[in-house]
Amino acid sequence: MSLRTPLGKVLGRGAAGEGVGHWWVQRVTSVALIPLTAWFAIALLGKNLQSYEVMRAWLAQPWVAVFTLLLAVTLAWHSKLGVQVIIEDYVHAKGAKTTLLLLSTFVHVAAAVAAILAVLILALS
Amino acid sequence: MNQRPLSPHLGVYKFMYTMSLSIMHRFTGMVASVGFLAFVWWLMALATGAESYAAAMRCLSTPFAKLVLIGFTFSFVYHFCNGIRHLVWDTGRGMERAQARRSGVVVIVASLLLTLLLVWLGCEALAAPAAGAP
Repeated sequence: MSLRTPLGKVLGRGAAGEGVGHWWVQRVTSVALIPLTAWFAIALLGKNLQSYEVMRAWLAQPWVAVFTLLLAVTLAWHSKLGVQVIIEDYVHAKGAKTTLLLLSTFVHVAAAVAAILAVLILALS
Repeated sequence: MNQRPLSPHLGVYKFMYTMSLSIMHRFTGMVASVGFLAFVWWLMALATGAESYAAAMRCLSTPFAKLVLIGFTFSFVYHFCNGIRHLVWDTGRGMERAQARRSGVVVIVASLLLTLLLVWLGCEALAAPAAGAP
């Protein structure tokens, strides 16, 4: 016999009320990051990093901009989920936990917005 | 209610290096998150203009910054390799004790070698003169 309500069974969510979404998105982003980070690292290390002109011209190419945008957004998302788990696991005081979770969310969203803007400036100017 | 059992009972297990690999995954993930912020800062410097990019690269060329960059590199590479190990586990493979220990050794060796390679290539890419061709 189960004490779960029919609605609860249909929704399939646990006590946190969000099911396996967090776990799954962590996996999806990690799979996406394997080729994205490998591509970026290999491409970057072949360049003259000291040269502003070289780096700017490289990032201004449409496909480079597309994959750099994908990389930055996926990194921010994956990082946000990971930091969230660490805070939830190790910070037990409710006030500190909520504050840190909020702070982490804000920093990650701000970083993602900054990265998007930077790549758009480089690609469109 | 304060006497409820707490989990996990880490103290009751005999220490195995696979345990430190697990906590290392979280730690390197945190360090890589800081590295991500540094990456965004670098992108913003590049988007701002030649002067701010030159200033950012000067900042990244100090011995302390190089040390930090090596730390970021190792953290990222370890998290990358061990992350693949976790993804394989998610498919239900390699979970036997001997297999998990063996894949742990593979991760350590692979991440050390990859870090050395990336740091070497990174030094080459950073050492080139500012005005040179790619």
